[in-house]
Amino acid sequence: MNPAGFSEQLLRAWAIAKKDIRIYYIKGPVLIFGVFMPLFMFLAFLMGTKQLPLSFLISGLVGMTLFFTATAVSPAIFPWEGQAKTLERLASCPVTVEAIVFGDMIASTLFGIGITIITVIIGMMLGLSLLHGITLLVAILIAACCFSAIGMLLAVPPTNVPSNIMMLSSLIKFPLVFISGIFIPLDQMPAWGLALAVFSPLTYFTDLVRYAFTDTHYFPVIIDIAALAVFTAIFTVGTMYLHKRTMPQRM
Amino acid sequence: MTSVIHASDLTKIFGKSTAVDHVSFEVQGGEIFGFLGPNGAGKTTTTRMLTGVIPPDTGTATILGHDIRSEPVLAKQGFGVVPETSNAYMDLTAWQNLMLMGELYGLPRSRAEQRSSDLLGMVGLLERKDQKVQAYSKGMKQRLILAMALIHEPELLFLDEPTSGLDVQSTQMILALLRDLNRQGTTIFLTTHNMEEANRLCHRVGIIRAGKIVAIDAPEKLKTAIDRVHKIEVSFDREISGDALSGLNSVTSANRTGDKWQITTQDKDATIRSLVTFSQQNSAAIVTLNTLAPSLDDAFLRLTQEAQP
Repeated sequence: MNPAGFSEQLLRAWAIAKKDIRIYYIKGPVLIFGVFMPLFMFLAFLMGTKQLPLSFLISGLVGMTLFFTATAVSPAIFPWEGQAKTLERLASCPVTVEAIVFGDMIASTLFGIGITIITVIIGMMLGLSLLHGITLLVAILIAACCFSAIGMLLAVPPTNVPSNIMMLSSLIKFPLVFISGIFIPLDQMPAWGLALAVFSPLTYFTDLVRYAFTDTHYFPVIIDIAALAVFTAIFTVGTMYLHKRTMPQRM
Repeated sequence: MTSVIHASDLTKIFGKSTAVDHVSFEVQGGEIFGFLGPNGAGKTTTTRMLTGVIPPDTGTATILGHDIRSEPVLAKQGFGVVPETSNAYMDLTAWQNLMLMGELYGLPRSRAEQRSSDLLGMVGLLERKDQKVQAYSKGMKQRLILAMALIHEPELLFLDEPTSGLDVQSTQMILALLRDLNRQGTTIFLTTHNMEEANRLCHRVGIIRAGKIVAIDAPEKLKTAIDRVHKIEVSFDREISGDALSGLNSVTSANRTGDKWQITTQDKDATIRSLVTFSQQNSAAIVTLNTLAPSLDDAFLRLTQEAQP
């Protein structure tokens, strides 16, 4: 066994993910920011906007749910663990910073996928038909990784006060929701809005979800998937690099 | 004997303060090495650099033959850490904490289960293995942390104040375990404030003051090195004046401590003879007469005070 080898570190990252699932999925802030927040936002728009069809809104809800859930767990883990000194325990164990970050990302990704699948089922129960199931599955998998990497990026500032990170996280997440075509269709957006939307990975995921449920899309499907994959790669590499630099400052 | 810890010129600066200043030392295999120093001297920072938790600004540390900066995973695979603050996962049970450690050290599941069971039995927590750690007392948490550090049978164990604030029972249990582990070949690096603990456990101690190492030696040698002034404790069956004792041949000073007198002298033999003569001449029977060896406390205080700028 080479403890520093890739496969061994992958197993250890999985151990960290299992620990995160046991501990953090049922924490109050995770449930509030990851489950209740998108649900209440959706209900507010459902009641306030009568012109948009339900299929449009449900697609938006699926996009928003994955975005909120996959970014709910990951930003809070590092500050929580820094505060409880358990991060110091992990840092003294034979696991790389990359494996710790990856473990947290796995937990966040699975949380996002789980809750989003429930939302998809609810949408189907409300009468929506799933036209492109495989595309939706691929989109959910890539986007969940992408959003959990965004969540980890939000945790880069080396503070051990979870509320600071949650506040920063809300400051970034809410504007993203409004420029990503969830409540306002991309083709109805002003030029400046569209220019911002192309820089949000949530735009491409929402576009894919709409394609899966309504067969309509703004960007070509392959562009949506490619953009999500590129964002995922950039955010994952970026978050691992930055956490490696800031980790000692948390101790 | 091979060196399992080799620290060379370790330095850590926080802002304008130099927490650890070019610290170098070695710890040999099979040793119990005590790392002593007053609060803020740089003990924990040094331990954190040695365990790879924080990087040194300059200098190197080789642990079990692996550079902690360039081969951190290989170095960490060989040691266990018991930090100053109990840092088990409070929301997990003792069993889950141990199994997590087993996975993080790459133990096969069956081996991790066997070790967890043995270790929980050893630290007296087997019956409460399925209880969440948040319900544990401080002593129980510390025993669990020790068990977690031992899951992979490390060759080297770092402990930072392992008995600080614990009750006598937990303290004695942990110290006995450390002795047993050392007898079985585990090298122990122990950071402590407790001089008595260091004196009774450690083969060698290093004393750090203001980020610099001021002495490294065996406890007895450190004590002898400062043994320039001797102390004698004496009590009589009736009241004696301090002036009479201070005036005796070779006595430097006489201070009352309870019902006894503590006498400092540079010549133990001459002072004892003077006391006996004084007792006979004044019809004051000696009730107790003890020569006091300098403690590690004395050595520590002397060395840390001498090192003060």
